[in-house]
Amino acid sequence: MKKFVVVAGSLLVAGLLSPAAFAQGSGAGGFRMGFTEQGGEALFKGICQGCHMPNAQGAVGAGMYPALAKNPKLEVAGYPIAVVVNGQKAMPGFGNMLTDQQVADVINYVRTHFGNNYKDKVNPADVKSARP
Amino acid sequence: MADQKFAPMSRRSLFQMIGMAAGSAVMYQALTDLGFAGESGYTGPVKLQGDPKGASVLVLGAGLAGLTAAMELSRAGYKVQVLEYQHKAGGRNISIRGGDTVNELGGFTQHCQFDPGFYVNPGPMRIPHHHVALLDYCKRLNVVLEPFSIINYNAMIHNTKAFGGKPKRYREVESDFRGYVSELLAKCTAQGKLDQAVTKDDAEILLRALRSWGALDKDYQYKKGTLVSNHRGYDVDPGGGLSWKPTDSEPMAMSELLQSGLWSGLLTGHEYEYQMTMFQPVGGMDRISAGFVRALPQDMIKYNCKVTEVKQDASGVTVSYVDSQKGGPVQTATANWCVNTIPATILSQVPMQIGAPLRNAINSLSYSAGFKAGLQMKRRWWEDDERIYGGISYTDQPIALISYPSTQYMTEKKGVILGAYTFGPHAFELTAMSPQERMQRCVEYGANIHPQYKTEFETGVSVGWHRMPFTLGCFAQWTEENRAKNYDALCAIDGRMVLAGEHASHLGAWQEGAIVSALDAIKRLHQRAMSA
Repeated sequence: MKKFVVVAGSLLVAGLLSPAAFAQGSGAGGFRMGFTEQGGEALFKGICQGCHMPNAQGAVGAGMYPALAKNPKLEVAGYPIAVVVNGQKAMPGFGNMLTDQQVADVINYVRTHFGNNYKDKVNPADVKSARP
Repeated sequence: MADQKFAPMSRRSLFQMIGMAAGSAVMYQALTDLGFAGESGYTGPVKLQGDPKGASVLVLGAGLAGLTAAMELSRAGYKVQVLEYQHKAGGRNISIRGGDTVNELGGFTQHCQFDPGFYVNPGPMRIPHHHVALLDYCKRLNVVLEPFSIINYNAMIHNTKAFGGKPKRYREVESDFRGYVSELLAKCTAQGKLDQAVTKDDAEILLRALRSWGALDKDYQYKKGTLVSNHRGYDVDPGGGLSWKPTDSEPMAMSELLQSGLWSGLLTGHEYEYQMTMFQPVGGMDRISAGFVRALPQDMIKYNCKVTEVKQDASGVTVSYVDSQKGGPVQTATANWCVNTIPATILSQVPMQIGAPLRNAINSLSYSAGFKAGLQMKRRWWEDDERIYGGISYTDQPIALISYPSTQYMTEKKGVILGAYTFGPHAFELTAMSPQERMQRCVEYGANIHPQYKTEFETGVSVGWHRMPFTLGCFAQWTEENRAKNYDALCAIDGRMVLAGEHASHLGAWQEGAIVSALDAIKRLHQRAMSA
């Protein structure tokens, strides 16, 4: 599927894709494996809102993307940490593309916005311990 | 003790025997019949022998896997009904044209404004010559193909951080990289450093080969001159008469070339899946799904059906669905068997009576991000100004590449280029933007390679695959570990249902994968039905 040369290399190293999985071909060597956004809001806007939507209300098609707004499943921070790092069903794991700090930041942002008001903060160490 | 007469014969000795007895043509036929010599396992039109005696099959999803299954099963005598979520068939086999509306999850809507005759293929866009099943279906369905240009020596390779952000021609990068590698290897060979690896005789041949392959001079150096210009191009091309004299071009410095990373833009067209010749359907990739639909009996596909549940028992399968546009009451469809081609991203949310191995396999799959954008330009500046006729330019920017149209050279004033095709983080980011912002970015990045973008861009359309309501992603992301653990279970028949699609193939993300997966699935299902 899909990669720049370097893309392919990185994804393979990261175990994300099998070699046969490439329909996109190689590129110009500038591929980065990780996200560069810093801070919860920038990370949410750069990644999460693609599926969970800018208002965090989720969306419904043939399947659905759950709303993050007013979502009681965010109460125990360990749950969103595990899902963001390791993925769950259709939700890809982002552990290979985000640092511990980035994961903590974006979860802290979502847990304190969109009608969520969870006071306990997630620390990078919490994220680290959730990695496989 | 096993009787020697009944010892199982190895495949190899069977083939040797056939070869000796009947000659190579028969041996080749035997190999292809057993699925060894054919690419992707395809050995010609599927033959489902035996009368299914009115047995029925529900096919879920009208992408290429579902269409293949529906066509072949109905030809074999099954009563087939297809349920499709969208108002049209094709799944990811789509083209977007002027007048089309792209509805994204989240309520984002794009109205494509391309001029008549132009399109972009936001899903698959090229067909390898060894994807023989897909090519065979194109032939059988009268889908006219034309070449898709994959390598263009006059296209660009660009890195914002190299050569002052100025793009280089593919030809220059290719020639210089090959030349320097040849020079270095020739140096090692001449100095006897390869003595362990090559014989003296071979070393002489190697030197000769490197000299010609790398355009090296008599001293085995890659240096400015006519020989090298004949590979990397001239500053002033040869002409005629007295007023036009060729001027040789200067190769890039080796270190700068290596540091630039531009060499990584050379790889794609050399990989098996992208080696020339590649094809595309004339007029848009969706000509393929249109060909299937033409070949199916009318009303076989029921559109706007959102599957909400799959139940099965000893006698059949019951699928519940609602109108995907209007909602309303739950309806049901029943059949003896089911071919389920719904993407795993959606199936993992659908209640189904299936065993734990299949459920676990479905749940183990997330789909890659993928992003493409088509940009209509007021004039074909890439051809008129830059002599780029088809092919692909690569860049380190988030758009990853620009693919120029493979046809209509010098006949159309305007044109639509593929202005972005990216995966990974960049695809997530572009998907997360509004369609307007995406297009601004595509123009901004494109203008760093081709300044003409600033004045010539007219209108565009983009697809971030995670926002597509019918797939929720681009293609199944298999890791090697997960494939070892879950792939067989994903493909295995569960009760009266079997899955098919690119996700149930070793050709992930390719249309060929969807088709050969469907063929394999219906062969097994037919076998099961015949023995039921």
